[in-house]
Amino acid sequence: MTSTPTTDPAAWLEQARADVARDPEAVTRAFAFAARKVGREPLRPENDPAGVVHGTVDDAARAELVVALAEHHGDPDELADRLATLYHQGDAAERRGVLRGLDALTGRGQVPPDVVAVGTELAEDALRANDQALVAAAVGPFGARHLDQHTWRHAVLKLVFLGVSLDAVAGLADRADGELARMAADFAAERRAAGRPVPADVGRLIPTDTTRE
Amino acid sequence: MRILDPHIHMTSRTTDDYEAMYAVGVRAVVEPAFWLGQPRTSVGSFRDYFDSLLGWERFRAAQFGIRHHATIALNPKEANDPRCREVLDEIPRYLLKDGVVAVGEVGYDSMTPAEDEVFAAQLQLARDAGLPVLVHTPHRDKAAGTRRTLDVVRESGLPPEQVLVDHLNETTVEMVRDAGCWAGFSIYPDTKMDEARMVALLREYGTERMIVNSAADWGRSDPLKTARTGHAMLEAGFGDDDVDQVLWRSPVAFYEQSGNLVLDPVPGFVAGEAPPAGVEFEGSSVLRGARV
Repeated sequence: MTSTPTTDPAAWLEQARADVARDPEAVTRAFAFAARKVGREPLRPENDPAGVVHGTVDDAARAELVVALAEHHGDPDELADRLATLYHQGDAAERRGVLRGLDALTGRGQVPPDVVAVGTELAEDALRANDQALVAAAVGPFGARHLDQHTWRHAVLKLVFLGVSLDAVAGLADRADGELARMAADFAAERRAAGRPVPADVGRLIPTDTTRE
Repeated sequence: MRILDPHIHMTSRTTDDYEAMYAVGVRAVVEPAFWLGQPRTSVGSFRDYFDSLLGWERFRAAQFGIRHHATIALNPKEANDPRCREVLDEIPRYLLKDGVVAVGEVGYDSMTPAEDEVFAAQLQLARDAGLPVLVHTPHRDKAAGTRRTLDVVRESGLPPEQVLVDHLNETTVEMVRDAGCWAGFSIYPDTKMDEARMVALLREYGTERMIVNSAADWGRSDPLKTARTGHAMLEAGFGDDDVDQVLWRSPVAFYEQSGNLVLDPVPGFVAGEAPPAGVEFEGSSVLRGARV
């Protein structure tokens, strides 16, 4: 009656990866069942109790399924289509799984241009959501590498707005620029004018003074 | 008092309702897919609706500490519209999803041949997916409709304990209990069933396999009717354990058959404490019970 899975999570994931390796269609069912099989706990409960910032164990399991898909069915066109379908037919958790999977592929240096194009569209879709966890999943290593600067700045400010720690943002120090600092300062001024608290993370955005394009 | 409202259309309700529900003890809800008042004209409308039940509404409920689940189906009224029928092909993929705890609402509205066909087809989908079924009984010609409902359920081969027959009243409760199905009652301000009549039925039939819901939607209805029924039971001399059985253990036992209920507290949610964005938690700003 809790999210504690009944079977051994590691064994289930190994089997699911093998199923996906054999038949790419198997990923649909495995994606849908992941949380019921491996649990939904936060990966870093000590400073992210809701699993919003760093994701959940089911996010990580789905990311592994995406990696299995890319390893065994790596035709870029086909992979891009599958990821788009998984995302568009997925609930919020499955959508996070696709985005975290793109992060995992980015970490392995395995993202062909077709997949980058589709992945960028999916990340931009996630950034329009109001679900904090979904927005946070769009600013990992894949987003850091591929979102354009304007979109990325708005994503960062949206996280501040939603009260999500900027620890969610990969490569924050590398991409933060003068324009983002200006946006953050304006946001802080607006909050102060309204007599409302200014989130502490705003301070992480203000010191930079170089603007990039 | 802990409450699982097993039938409530939260899409039609406000955040004030969520807060009030949490305050009286509602910790989980099941939202059945149904008719929206305005008829749908395409399968795409259903997809967006199902996606919002599994996405936006679950997210919204979690902001208020309430676990949200859904049942998915083509409803009886729109089973009569050929523009909507094709959604039956989409339903199997939704039945795999996290948080889908039954097929429903299925059943009869006007008892047409199209409704017969769609009802039977969806009972088969439930068997294939290993899910229980939430059955709506018609407002008009209810006794005849309920009898026919039970015949179709029997013919489907589904075990009766996997079927919850809803919107019952004094004239239909007995046949549903005799069939071995779960008996559901929608407590409304002045139509289907009210608290006092419900208490009388619980006295007559006992508290086993009896399930109470608010069925609150876009019409005149009250999302706190589950709690009000619990209080009416206590005033009438029922014990806390009886109330817990009717408002929590029974709906949990029914939907638990899906293997897809999540009832542990929403992580990070602190009752009565919805901090403004950017509140600090152990040195960094993280989401706890942030608001929409």
